[in-house]
Amino acid sequence: MIRLFQRLLFTLMTITLAGCSALSTAQSTPNAGHVVVYSGRSENLVAPVFAQFTQATGVRVEVRYGSTAELAATLLEEGRSSPADIFYAQDPGGLGAVTAAGLLAPLPDDLLSPVAPHFRAEDGTWVGVSGRARVVVYNTKRLRPEDLPQDLRGFTDPRWRGKIGWAPTNASFQAMVTAMRKMWGEDETRAWLLGIQANQPVVFEGNAPIVAAVGNGEIEIGFVNHYYLYRFLREQGETFPARNYFMNNGGPDSLILVSGIGRLTSGKNPENALKLIRFLLSPVAQQYFASQTYEYPVIAGVNPERGLPPLDSLTSAVINLEQLADLQGTLDLLHATGILP
Amino acid sequence: MTIIAAKDLVIPLARAGGRANWLYLPALLVAAVMGLPLLYLGVRALSAGPAIWTWLGRVQTLHLLLRSLGLALAVTFSAIMLAVPLAWLVTRSDLMGRRFWAMVLPLPLVIPSYVGAYLYVSLLSPHGVIPSLLSTWLPLAKWPSIYGFGGAWWVLTLMTYPYVYMSVRAVLSMSDRALEEAARSLGYSPWAVFWRVTLPLLRPALTSGGLLVALYVLRDFGAVSMLRYTTFTRAIYLHYQSSFDRSTAALLALVLVLVTVILLAVQQRLDRLKVAVVAHTPRPSPPVRLGKWQVPALVLVLIVVGLALAVPVGGLIYWLVRGVRVGETLGSLAVPLLNSALAAGLAALVTVVAALPLAILAVRQAGRLSRALVGWSHLGFAVPGVVIALALVFFGANFTPALYQTLTLLIVAYMILFLPQALGVLQAALRLVRRNLEEAAASLGHSPGQVFWRVTLPLITPGLTSAAGLVCLTTLKELPATLLLAPPGFPTLATRVWGAVSEAFFARAAWPALILVGLSSLSMLWFHHNPYTRNEPTS
Repeated sequence: MIRLFQRLLFTLMTITLAGCSALSTAQSTPNAGHVVVYSGRSENLVAPVFAQFTQATGVRVEVRYGSTAELAATLLEEGRSSPADIFYAQDPGGLGAVTAAGLLAPLPDDLLSPVAPHFRAEDGTWVGVSGRARVVVYNTKRLRPEDLPQDLRGFTDPRWRGKIGWAPTNASFQAMVTAMRKMWGEDETRAWLLGIQANQPVVFEGNAPIVAAVGNGEIEIGFVNHYYLYRFLREQGETFPARNYFMNNGGPDSLILVSGIGRLTSGKNPENALKLIRFLLSPVAQQYFASQTYEYPVIAGVNPERGLPPLDSLTSAVINLEQLADLQGTLDLLHATGILP
Repeated sequence: MTIIAAKDLVIPLARAGGRANWLYLPALLVAAVMGLPLLYLGVRALSAGPAIWTWLGRVQTLHLLLRSLGLALAVTFSAIMLAVPLAWLVTRSDLMGRRFWAMVLPLPLVIPSYVGAYLYVSLLSPHGVIPSLLSTWLPLAKWPSIYGFGGAWWVLTLMTYPYVYMSVRAVLSMSDRALEEAARSLGYSPWAVFWRVTLPLLRPALTSGGLLVALYVLRDFGAVSMLRYTTFTRAIYLHYQSSFDRSTAALLALVLVLVTVILLAVQQRLDRLKVAVVAHTPRPSPPVRLGKWQVPALVLVLIVVGLALAVPVGGLIYWLVRGVRVGETLGSLAVPLLNSALAAGLAALVTVVAALPLAILAVRQAGRLSRALVGWSHLGFAVPGVVIALALVFFGANFTPALYQTLTLLIVAYMILFLPQALGVLQAALRLVRRNLEEAAASLGHSPGQVFWRVTLPLITPGLTSAAGLVCLTTLKELPATLLLAPPGFPTLATRVWGAVSEAFFARAAWPALILVGLSSLSMLWFHHNPYTRNEPTS
């Protein structure tokens, strides 16, 4: 018994000491201060850009990573007591919920103006940081681009039965449905949803599994955001048998969405928060998003990479992201059609 | 073979130096902390408008609940069927390499369900790695689908059987074999001894372990969503995910609490029919010879370890190698590793210490109050982790800002999440401690404290270590609370894995996931080294 307790005590002390030293090295001396970020974007994607910011300004970035929805819920629970200065969200939906609770402060004009109006909030509480296109990813062994329809309505054809993958719980997919409702109208959107549903699509929980399933041939096409494909190409090589197909027709099927960022009114480091947002919209950071996360830059002068068609060559849906705020209507429709439980 | 009813053996602790009523103080304190999530759910559900109540009346809601319950019952049954023979083989038989298997068998618990399910899907789905490899030799017209009830059932069984295995193993390695030996000497076959002596002894361990499995399945989100089996918990997640609707989510979570109450009532009813609770100080006794059953037994263990551990670990290695070959670099994981070890070690210690008063009261002063306290502590266990995490966000940020996002609050969160796991194992262990040993110590002039420290505690050490090991393993993979409540800049292995998998960086996910499995194996090794298993004769 005594030996057991000795061992327990010793192990615990070692762990505690090790843990404490790990903590203390993580906290360098603050001189330019710090900024607290709640990031709904993955550490793998944005940590390097935060590191560049710290190197350039000396401002320490403390990040809490999580899913956009969980972090939005966290901010709502914390209310004014939140330690966060910045909310960096994967999609505008989460920002909208936090704005609606009055927790985001309007951003200054010089931050907003470089970004196209349809990539930021009308009331200036958040601004887009990087863009992603809605595309159809297809299996290159089974299909050629010519086999694909000109518009998403073509996929209601019975020829696609059992060959489609979609993710109805995904925020980007829901944004696309919202755009459909605004551009096609409620009835046509409902008809489209039921038409796809009749083709027995395979349901996925997110974009990445859809791309994987297109790659292994489980399905032939999927409705996704464009940039997941490039991760697969990087890890599995160019032989990975899937490519993106840009609808490029100006309809809701060629929607461009953004990740966005906003500053919390209750934040204790407003200066540093604005510095960080400014940095993320700078050419350096925008170049990083273009070349490392394969997304679309949101400022002029930085071009997308990986052979992505430039934004202005895409006849993308001209829809104000503010119009996509009517998420509840979309959710009701998805519940009513039985697509969501 | 007569089985002595428990109540005949039970001599109230009163004779051994007074009822330990003071234990109610820490027990009530722990119970109060355990009630925080419930309070939060109540506040949130009531603050919602009347519209959300229509959610409860929907046919789909009931349908989802039935789907969840069906899966929970099926998984509980199969987990018990799997865990009991495994635990018996590694504690009672001369199975080849049983000490190694004993250490390895709980490890599937550490594989996060979203990673495990992802791997099973990518390996075993109709177009996955294994069917496409096998199709050259075994051209099946239609490979059986992994999706739906069947897939969710067996993946969750492989992930949760360790809950039952751990509590059964603790009881088997503690309980005295004199009864079984007596039964053998009276001419019973090993099979009859198992059914008529061993199994009744295991009843408390089975019901508490089974309860944990059922509640785990009810609250699981990662596996069921990957395997495309829509459950009640998925509906709760959708309310957060899509509409940031905390009120409806809270209301639905309260439904799960209600289900937990019913399951607890069933469990306590099954538990009350208790039989022989007899244990001497365990002493070495020869293991049961398996003889010609040695090979089938080994095959069973190999299949379980293969499917539950080797397949996911193999898949992780495959991801890693594939990524490294195209130039993915593996960063240092020293900080996440230390953070994980620190958090899991502290959580195990705090949770076991907090559970002990409750467990002692429940076993030694069995009554309405102690039973209610134990039941109360389980209520949050079926609630999805994100709900518990948000409850602590709410209380922490608004009422104890000094503690918010510190290690202390994170450990409290782990305690709330995992105390029921420790409670079951500890209760099962305490029931095996023979009272007359404690009474003898008391009659020799020891104070109740000394009796506890020098007699009871050493006797329940296997239970303590089993409970601590269980908490440690599940803490290592815990996600929502770690993400939302950890101190700033406190990456753990689990958060690293999640961050990479959610963005399809498979190689980057594989590296910390493999370290996670390695760390858990180490912790199992440590927890396995306790005085009793060490003294056991090796086969």
